[in-house]
Amino acid sequence: MNLNLKLKIWRQKDPNSRGKFVNYRLNDISTDSSFLEMLDVLNEELISKGEEPVIYDHDCREGICGACGLYINGRPHGPDSLITVCQLHMRKFKNGDTIVIEPWRARAFPVIRDLMVDRDAFDKLIQEGGYVSINTGSAPDANSIPVKKEHADLSMDAAACIGCGACVAACKNASAMLFVGAKVSHLTLLPQGKVEASDRVRHMVAKMDELGFGNCTNTGACEAECPKGITLTNIARLNREYYKAAL
Amino acid sequence: MHKLQSRIPEGPLAEKWSNYKSNQNLVNPANKRKLDVIVIGTGLAGAAAAASMAEMGFKVKSFCYQDSSRRAHSIAAQGGINAAKNYQNDGDSIYRLFFDTIKGGDYRSREANVYRLAEVSNEIIDQCVGQGVPFAREYGGTLDNRSFGGALVSRTFYARGQTGQQLLLGAYQALSRQVKKGNVEMYPRMEMFNLVMVDGKARGIIARDVITGKLERYSAHAVVLASGGYGNVFFLSTMAMGANASAAWQCYKKGALFGNPCMVQIHPTCIPVHGEYQSKLTLMSESLRNDGRIWVPKKIEDAKRLQSGEIGGVDIPEEDRDYYLERRYPAFGNLVPRDVASRAAKERCDAGFGVNSTGLAVFLDFKDAINRLGKDVIEAKYGNLFQMYEKITDDVPYEVPMMIYPAIHYTMGGIWVDYELHTTVPGLFATGESNFSDHGANRLGASALMQGLADGYFVLPYTIQNYLADEINTPRFKTDIPEFDKAENEVQEQLEKLMNVRGTMSVDTLHKKLGKIMWEGVGMSRNKEGLKIAIDEITKLKKEFWLNVNIPGEINDLNQELQKASRLADFIELGDLMARDALNREESCGGHFRDEYQTEEGEALRNDKDFTYVAAWEFKGEDKEPALHKEPLNFEYIEVKQRNYK
Repeated sequence: MNLNLKLKIWRQKDPNSRGKFVNYRLNDISTDSSFLEMLDVLNEELISKGEEPVIYDHDCREGICGACGLYINGRPHGPDSLITVCQLHMRKFKNGDTIVIEPWRARAFPVIRDLMVDRDAFDKLIQEGGYVSINTGSAPDANSIPVKKEHADLSMDAAACIGCGACVAACKNASAMLFVGAKVSHLTLLPQGKVEASDRVRHMVAKMDELGFGNCTNTGACEAECPKGITLTNIARLNREYYKAAL
Repeated sequence: MHKLQSRIPEGPLAEKWSNYKSNQNLVNPANKRKLDVIVIGTGLAGAAAAASMAEMGFKVKSFCYQDSSRRAHSIAAQGGINAAKNYQNDGDSIYRLFFDTIKGGDYRSREANVYRLAEVSNEIIDQCVGQGVPFAREYGGTLDNRSFGGALVSRTFYARGQTGQQLLLGAYQALSRQVKKGNVEMYPRMEMFNLVMVDGKARGIIARDVITGKLERYSAHAVVLASGGYGNVFFLSTMAMGANASAAWQCYKKGALFGNPCMVQIHPTCIPVHGEYQSKLTLMSESLRNDGRIWVPKKIEDAKRLQSGEIGGVDIPEEDRDYYLERRYPAFGNLVPRDVASRAAKERCDAGFGVNSTGLAVFLDFKDAINRLGKDVIEAKYGNLFQMYEKITDDVPYEVPMMIYPAIHYTMGGIWVDYELHTTVPGLFATGESNFSDHGANRLGASALMQGLADGYFVLPYTIQNYLADEINTPRFKTDIPEFDKAENEVQEQLEKLMNVRGTMSVDTLHKKLGKIMWEGVGMSRNKEGLKIAIDEITKLKKEFWLNVNIPGEINDLNQELQKASRLADFIELGDLMARDALNREESCGGHFRDEYQTEEGEALRNDKDFTYVAAWEFKGEDKEPALHKEPLNFEYIEVKQRNYK
């Protein structure tokens, strides 16, 4: 079954221009194609008419690089759960649907053009201590420090974050607590990351405020929309680590 | 005329790397601060190299085309990373890992490099654990391992199905630490467009700012390529959409030889193509072949009914199923190496036994494994992969067999380097997938991550000093010199030429045409006639591209079509070189299969007498034939044998 669709897409020339929704019609889209392949078809049509294609970020198209991120019908990454936009398929839509496509909206993620935003703030957060300070060549044997399986598993749950920004986009306060909570959890749960735990959490939280991310009011929208299933527990752990560091 | 010198250190195999390190030139700390290194790409090799060199005290400029260095395509590797730790006490050793890698590569790689790779593999695991990479662990707290194709031991370390992601984040975090310290300057969304040569040495690059479209100049004392592979020549591959060969190709045009361009890996278990708008292919991990059985119908009538959608795989009774891998390779069965499994699938589909509407798919069936082990066990092992498959295809693999087909996955070929990872251009180094690497004609599973990190953390940061030690008197220099003017003008002219074509065909349309030519003529199996046709068709496509490509928008602006067109222009030329290399190599080995050279049973037939060499190609000018240089491969420590998986 193929779909005929109405698209309402946010177009914005640059960070300082006013953006607006532009309507497009797109016919005969296969339900087996992915959402981004549907946008490819639209762009091919625009190019053939001499118009500028819609700009959006994407790269791996298998849900792991974190480059893609669109607000689709009011939900980050669209109507399916636990996937990114590039994994969303058109069978989730019906013939005749209107699809509204917007960029991430957050003060810390300014729009560059159309659906492309600047997520440099996430890199800046990691630079504030989202690492273990160990130089190449100075590590002891990998099995010299045993790590409880349960801790390794919880650490991995948090480390699965792909840095797409859906949590910030979903949050009414544009808070980066889930992102920072995931990194703090990933490292603090491991013995290797414990040494710098208190500096890390203080610096990352301070930077988060400085970059213009909002605070957490425990709504849980971030958890609901995270394509990798990162849970609110990580925010709780972030808070606990922060209080511990302040004592 | 280049003389290929592999510069392999003297001494017995196991002592070469230590000897090298004991005798190489080093740069003292005060001088390191005065030396700049440009690194192109932030995948495992690039991020690891940039971070390690910055830790040592060099000033590093790190470039990537993505919006963040964390997004490089190393992140998509699923299965794991090999190391010779022997934590499982199953008899593994550095020698055994070395041996398996040489054999897996079908005896077309350099012994000394592969031995060094196996040697540093253990340090990589130590380093990654130290960084906080959450590898899978046993209940006792020690690291877990699993086994992979082509090995008799369990030496693969993994972090669920996201090992590449976790290793890359480790390297990205190490890099972030150096950015904060001011030792690395990050340039995201910056694409390298040209290499700048001053006095015969690589001294800088011209990069284009993806957002503004502006060309920028950067100088350094050395340039390191870590720009990944060129699988996107085929349009459809498991590579990221933006992965491209342009940085490497510009270096080739400036005198860096290109090694074994025809060596391409085709992964047997990818989700089949669904239609003409398909933009990329998704890999299903090799680990699925541990429990899945691969089959097609025995009867051609059944295949026809599957293709028309009249029946499904479950409707075909057991006795009418052809488990062709088990039939052909009773010893290894469904676990034959990637190249063998891929060709066998193609053979069945070409004979008309494909199982989906395009006729280009085979079944990967978990029915027996579910009956034997229970659904819960299969779910625990492969749940995330089954979910991914269901999201893409809308089929539930617990109930109906998966459909798979081979796809382009990795490129063993790349820029030719010596033992020091130095290219034939002084001051230009190549690492990771961008070099012709240590995998010979076929890479084993879980070896790409090992090689990327080996080059990045433990090899290049040492070997580059042997070069930089002679550069300590070269001051930092400005970019307002004629060499930079010239290099920038070349890029500007090329971009204007592209914009001025103003034709009618989109970049993707032309790229799909190239992909079709490559897949048919230079794909899974090749022959003399087909390769000649491919070369001919690529020449025609090149003309068509330059007459008819349509790029909307402006040159000095964010212009994704211009970006894509510029990459495609290079892919077309690289496609031609790949076909020439495949035509020259009159043998079958690893990922390179020539129909004319096979055994009676249809297996790859090497010609060791005439082709035990690395083919390194030299650029001789636009539209001129490239020149072939041969680096003979000498096997002193390993007996060269026919691979046998029966």
